Formats: sequence, C-alpha cells, structure tokens
Amino acid sequence: MYAYSDFDESFVRNRVRQFRDQVERRIDGRLSEDEFKPLRLMNGLYLQLHAYMLRVAIPYGTLDARQMRQLATISERWDRGYGHFTTRQNIQFNWPKLRDVPDMLDALADVGMHAIQTSGNCVRNVTSDHFAGAAADEIADPRPYAELLRQWSSDHPEFQYLPRKFKIAITGATADRAVTRAHDIGLRVVARDGAVGFEVSVGGGLGRTPMIGRVIRDFLPEADLVPYVEAVLGVYNQLGRRDNKYKARIKIAVHEMGLDTIRDLVEARFAETRSEFPGAEAALAEIRAAFRAPDFRAGGTAIPSGSPAFRAWTDTNLAPHRREDHAIVTVSLKTPGQQPGDASADQMRAIADLAETYGYDEIRISHRQNVILPHVRKDDLPAVFEALAAAGLAAANAGLISDIIACPGMDYCALATARSIPVAQEIAVLFETLDLAHEVGPLRLNVSGCINACGHHHVADIGILGLERAGVETYQITLGGDPTERIAIGERTGPGFAADEIVGAVERIVTAYLELRDSADETFAEAYRRLGLAPFQKALYSEESRENAA
Amino acid sequence: MSDRVLITDAGFGPVDPAERYLDFADLEAAPGALRVDLGPETDPATLTPHLAQIQTIRIAFPAVSDGRGFTLARTLRRMGFAGRLRAAGQLIPEQYPMARACGFDEVEIDAARAQRQPEADWRAAAGRQGYLARLRRPAA
Amino acid sequence: MKRRFHPSVVTANDLFEGHPVWRTADGRWSATIREAEVLRDPETAEARLAAAASDAARVVGPYLAEVATAPEGPAPLHFREVFRVRGPAHASDRLDHLPGE
Repeated sequence: MYAYSDFDESFVRNRVRQFRDQVERRIDGRLSEDEFKPLRLMNGLYLQLHAYMLRVAIPYGTLDARQMRQLATISERWDRGYGHFTTRQNIQFNWPKLRDVPDMLDALADVGMHAIQTSGNCVRNVTSDHFAGAAADEIADPRPYAELLRQWSSDHPEFQYLPRKFKIAITGATADRAVTRAHDIGLRVVARDGAVGFEVSVGGGLGRTPMIGRVIRDFLPEADLVPYVEAVLGVYNQLGRRDNKYKARIKIAVHEMGLDTIRDLVEARFAETRSEFPGAEAALAEIRAAFRAPDFRAGGTAIPSGSPAFRAWTDTNLAPHRREDHAIVTVSLKTPGQQPGDASADQMRAIADLAETYGYDEIRISHRQNVILPHVRKDDLPAVFEALAAAGLAAANAGLISDIIACPGMDYCALATARSIPVAQEIAVLFETLDLAHEVGPLRLNVSGCINACGHHHVADIGILGLERAGVETYQITLGGDPTERIAIGERTGPGFAADEIVGAVERIVTAYLELRDSADETFAEAYRRLGLAPFQKALYSEESRENAA
Repeated sequence: MSDRVLITDAGFGPVDPAERYLDFADLEAAPGALRVDLGPETDPATLTPHLAQIQTIRIAFPAVSDGRGFTLARTLRRMGFAGRLRAAGQLIPEQYPMARACGFDEVEIDAARAQRQPEADWRAAAGRQGYLARLRRPAA
Repeated sequence: MKRRFHPSVVTANDLFEGHPVWRTADGRWSATIREAEVLRDPETAEARLAAAASDAARVVGPYLAEVATAPEGPAPLHFREVFRVRGPAHASDRLDHLPGE
C-alpha cells in the first residue's frame, strides 16, 4: 500500500510543528479562540460535550498493521484505551488533552498518519470503497485517485477557508459501496472505449437538506481529474453562500443556481485549470506503483467446513474477492450491546496481528463502521474466525439489523440533539435476544443523533433521527433509504417516538416486514419497493398494532 | 492609514499613508484609477476592461474564515493581471503563504493585529509549501 | 415575546482539558455544577457572561444554562446539560468522568 514519501513525511512533520506552535499561541493569547478554532479543526481537533475529540484521518479507509497498533498505543497513552471508527472511515479519540495533541500527532506521523483536514471548512478526507483493491466487481482500484486527491487538497492554499466542508467519495466498482451520490463530489470509475475515466456528480449530501448528487460530467478522462476538481472547488469557493451555514454546502448552490449554470461555470474555469497540473500525471504513476496488489498465495476455492458458529459467520461476514481462493472478511464492531464502531486497544492489536499473519498486512475501515480484512485465503478462514472470536470480534451480523451505523450522539457530540448509541444498543440486543437477525436478513438500520446525519439515517432501510421536541428526545423514522447505486432518500413515516418507544416502533416495522414479504428471499428493501410506505405506517401507528406490541 | 502594517516577504513595513484606493463601485465613473478596492464578492469578469491600467488591487478579507479572496486573486492572475495584489483585513499568519501562493504580493493588517501577532509569527509561517507546487511542477 | 428569565449558571469547557466547568461566585471555574453561582436576573447574568468571555485564557465558549435550584446547589434542567454533568453512557467513561464526586 501507499507508503509516505520523504515529501509526505516532511509535510506532516511540519504540520505537527505548526500545530504545536498554534496551541502555544492560543494559550498565550496571540491567537484568539475564533482564530484558533479553524486551525485546530483543520488538524482534526474538536471540542465536544465532555472533552476534546481528535479525529484521525484514515485516507480512503486503508491502513496496515503497524498503523493499527500505533492507534492502539495512542489510545492507551493519551486516551482511554479505545477508539471510535466513523462513517467517514476515520477514527476518533474521545478524551485527548489540548497540550497532548501535538504529541499524539507526532506519534501518528511516526507511522505515516495524520489528522489533517478531518474537520473544518476544507476538503475532507477522501473516502472510498472499503473493498477497494479486492472486490470482484472492480473496474479499477480507486485508491490511487483518492491519494492523488488527498495530496492535491492537503493544505491547498485556495481552499482552506471554503463556505463549508467539502466531501469527495470515489468508487472503482460497479456496486457503489462508498455512497458517492451523497457527497459534494462523487466519482465513479467508468471505462469508455478502453479508456478509464470518471462519471462525476456534484451536490449530493445528507444533513438537514438531503440531496442526491447530480451528474455534471458523464465522462471525465483520468488525466483531467485534478484540474476538473480544482475548477469545481474554485466555483464553489466564489459562489457558495456564506450568509447561512445551513445553506453553505455546494448542494444548495446547485439547487439554487441550477445544474446547468454550475456546469457552465465549472467548464469555463476548467478550460483554464486544465493545463495547470503538468505534474499530476507523474504523481499518479508514482502513487499507483505503491498500490500494487500483494503477492497472493494460492489456496483452495471452497470455504472449509466448521462449526455452526463458523458457518453463520461465513454466511454473513464474507464478500466475494476477485480471486476465487480468497475472500473479503468483515470484522464486525457491532457485537450486540457494544457501542457501534468502537474497538479497544487490545482488539485493534488482534486485528493487526491477523492482518499480518493472514491478510498481507492490509486493513480497511468501512463507512458502516466495521473493519475489513480485504484479502484472506479461504483456507485461513477458520483460523481467522477463531482469533476474532477470542478477541470478541466474531459477531456474525455484517449487513444484518444489528450491524447498526450510529453516530456518537449526545453521549459525546456537542452538536447532538439526542442520544443515538443507547438506541442502537437496545435495538441490537433486542434482535439478538429474539434470535431474529438472521431470519430478517439484510437490513440497514442507521441512527443519527441530530439533523446533520453523520449516522446516514437518510440512506438506511430503517433510519432513525434523534431530535429535541419540547425539551425531550424524540426519534423520527424514515424508511426506504438506499446508499447504493440505486441511491434513495428514505421517507418519513410520520410523528416521532419517545426514547422509550423507539425500540418497540422498530420491532413493529420488522414484524410487519416478516408478515408482508412474499418469501424469505425478499429483502426488506425489495419488500419496501414493492409495498411502499403505507403498510409500514399502519403497523407503526394504528391502535391495534400498538396494543399487540404492548 | 499609517497605523496599518504591510507584510511582504521582507517582513513588516508601514503602509504608505499617501496611497488612496478607489472603491470598485466607483470605477465606472473614474475609469483611470490606479488603485482599486475590491470586496470578496466581486465578479472578476467585471474588471476586464480596467485590468490593463490598474496598478494595485486590494482585496478585502472581512473574516479569517472567509476564503473568497484567495479564489478571486487566482482568477485575476489567470485573467492576466500583472499589477500588485494586496490582501487586506482579517488574516492570520497561517494565511500568508496561502495568499502568496494564490497570487497576492502582500498582506495589510491593522496595528492591533500586528501587535498581537508580531513579525516573528508571520516569518515563521512564510515560505511553507504544500503538495500543490509538486502537482504543478512541469512534466518531467 | 420575551421569555421569562429562568435562574441560570455560566458554563463553558476548560481550555486545557476540555471538560465542562461552571463559574463560581468568586470567579473561579469549578468542575462541579453545585458550586456554580446561580444568577437570578438577566442583568447579572449578562454581566457574569461578559466577565466569563474575557477569561479566554482558561475556558472556551461560555454560555448561560438554566438550572433548578435546591439547598445543595444548582442542578441542570435541560437534558443536554444533564448529560454534560453526568458524562457518557460508556461505563468506563462515566466512572472516570465524574469530577469530585
């Protein structure tokens, strides 16, 4: 995988030195809080409800064993021995102290990592398909492009003070596992007449005004990627609204000015930026060389037999690898009852060991807040399963109702309007207790603790949004959202539910699905597309169904 | 205006008190102006007929968080503006190398900021170069 | 329509550690809400908030939070403030968090 060049190394070390200096200037008053805040945010440092929070970039969700071990060490030395993996493929530490943060950043730099631009009104960590480089349906590995964009956007002098944050996602496969159309820029690798390029969408996003990105270019040649994205950002920086932070994302500019106007402006600017990056091609070639596939060891093409627990796990937690003798393993961070996406330092080390022994030293983080071992020989699956089970990481629930995306919510986040973690925990435990998750089958359930939608509730089969109404937590439900290439924003069912009603409400929806599906093969998403909202609304709100559930 | 400080690669210096800037809105009435003040919201295309004779353009930065001026400066340079470009207002030392990389020649701040953020802070920040210079390097 | 003023305290986060702090009658910042000065009229509240704003070398983001008053001291009203006082649900986090209790 990509290893830091000398330039990367010196760039990141410089940023750490700079941040150390910025912290001292904040403390002695040379920088006001208003001036310091954007600087600390650009280095991943938030101030949350109970403490600072450091968000560390895991570029395009890729890391190796040494890096994972260093995250474990950092969590023990400067935090509380665990980390939280996020829907943007990053990791967050919930308890750093201001003066320790430069040391944490130095420790990250020791293993080629950083926290640059994981927050703030700048181009954020570029996200990607968590099966990149391994998936059977891949046209091209998207990570070299993502790394090129990381380099382009890092400390870009023109784009550090944008109207609002800017998120780019890229996928190289036919299935969209990176939710590209919910990003400010979504890139989908496409091949045309033997040439590789991108379908480019703009103006997607979740948050308080969810919008699906619209295609601004159906084919952008590979060589034009950087200048085209530079043109989009230039137009946005000039025209994005700065009078209202809720209307400042590019999706609002696209909505208010129209896609055609934005496209014309971008193309006009692109005509000028196009020749400004003669070095990009060489940079991409260097990067690509660093993303060579590992030297795969051949093995059997069948999954070895094993215990019922092993079989249950292989049923849910494996995905097709491009080699028949390998599989992609999802390590669930969703054992029912745990905080979704959290891993202890010991668990991080266990995953690092497995990646080294069985996984060609490659690890990925998925936007569903799980860890991926992208290349595991099928022959090695029993050993991997045993080791995961010993580390409490063998929950057989990837893609099931207990594999819940949940933002930190009001347990940690300063922006939250309600808790999300306890809701996710209760739902996961309920379906575990009822032993229903496997019978229900693939079902995406996502929980956000505020309108900003970090929990991706809009694009879930069952989405839950926690809000405050009249001084208490209230949970709204949306149904029928879809994060894939069929992307859809969920529909609201109706009035919200109190904290002590929401789990029962979810149970009524699932019970209705089990009754309504035409066979065990019809997934929730398929049943919803066939039936629409009405029967689920009835199950949720009619007196009869409430009484039956009670 | 003498309480204002002009920052260049050479360090702190005084702003020439005799300099007078014409507001962009008045440019049509006084088309021969040599020095012009621009707000960050200005559509650069409207400057096209005047660019050749303007010597200095001063772009306002109303808040540290407002980065429009950076894009405006780059656009003016792309349009061929070869005169002096000054960023003026709410900028912090970290933004000096960004301003330079976007085509500004200098930064103007008020005395209070200059006192709170002394020359050494601006010198420490100057000269930082990121990835962009590499991507813009000529093809090998 | 002007809302009736409710007894409030000044709260913020500690600059160095990040934890919630509450302003006491003698201008200190306490990690315990019970030690906070209860402000009973809007003028005093605004004056204390202004004083807190000039304390940027120690705290970040001071604001007024409404409280219930009792003989043992003020207690948070809004559930967000309740969570700020109590800490997150995560067991290890909660035990570590409660300052001075």
